[in-house]
Amino acid sequence: MSATSLSYVYAVARPSTGLAADLDAVTGVAGSPVHVVPSRLDADLVAVVSSVPDDDFRETALRAHFEDLAWLEALARAHHGVIEALAARTTVLPLRLATVYLDENRVRDMLQVRHALLLERLDRLTGHVELGVKLYVDLTTPPAPTPPAPALSPGRAYLRRRRTEQHARNDAHHAAVLAAERIAAAARAHAVERAHHRIQEGELATGPGGNVSNDAYLVPVDHLRAFRDEAMRCTDGLTGVRVDVTGPWAPYSFAALPDPDSPS
Amino acid sequence: MSIKNGPDRSRTPLPQQQVALIDLLDRLLSGGVVLTGDIVLSIADIDLVRISLRALIVSISEKNPAPWNASNTARTGTP
Repeated sequence: MSATSLSYVYAVARPSTGLAADLDAVTGVAGSPVHVVPSRLDADLVAVVSSVPDDDFRETALRAHFEDLAWLEALARAHHGVIEALAARTTVLPLRLATVYLDENRVRDMLQVRHALLLERLDRLTGHVELGVKLYVDLTTPPAPTPPAPALSPGRAYLRRRRTEQHARNDAHHAAVLAAERIAAAARAHAVERAHHRIQEGELATGPGGNVSNDAYLVPVDHLRAFRDEAMRCTDGLTGVRVDVTGPWAPYSFAALPDPDSPS
Repeated sequence: MSIKNGPDRSRTPLPQQQVALIDLLDRLLSGGVVLTGDIVLSIADIDLVRISLRALIVSISEKNPAPWNASNTARTGTP
């Protein structure tokens, strides 16, 4: 235990009955207990907070830790665990990873200053969940076998093979466009907002095929099943394209507060 | 974690599950409310994170800049 501690804030939420007691069973980042910090203004808003050691969460330490993927993963999973526990009980507005204040008074200051905006966004998210929908183009699927052509010269055989591969690529991209159109149609029927995430590449991106779209949709809970089912069927009858539906998630991708400069 | 043709989970909207780290980082590093806390990683630090994790998480890369900005959200209609 370090001499000083900081206040790590996971989320802002509407307090629900028994929330504080339920959080006693939840372990937060760095193995810390989780508790609520109420708003000074009213009983409608709480921050969900852990006390974390100063030596791990001040700027220099955080900067070093963020370069360590194992540490970052542990932080991300612990943060997510708290968000999931909250989302199962109330409407939650997740905060960006590693939002840290000097003490709980500073957290109360934040709740006070942002009170109206936070409540407005919580209202908007009530009764909604996030679903992730990713499309992949998978060229490893073997193309339909070409009919035997024994009379072809090596050069012509090569050209024919290249043409077949080119057709498979074109077909797969065409299939991806069709699948994306089907997802868009499902979203028009069931989702209320969409957020684009970056295409997934690199060593953490697993599974066959190349990721061509990585979107999140905000869906009312009573449309969740229909949207999920329609999204999962978007590749029916298509080859070379694969869909991955994730979630339901707490509404991470839709938590951004409105820009004070924008008219809406 | 993907939902394949598993049991109906729509009644239990937020079960504990081991999600893919890349999907989680997409959300935790580019989603969520951005509040200026007291402990703030500067833009330079974020660049450092971006560079050092680039091999693992190309979603945070120069090809895809500004992951720490708020997500672009767009309305797609109303159910």
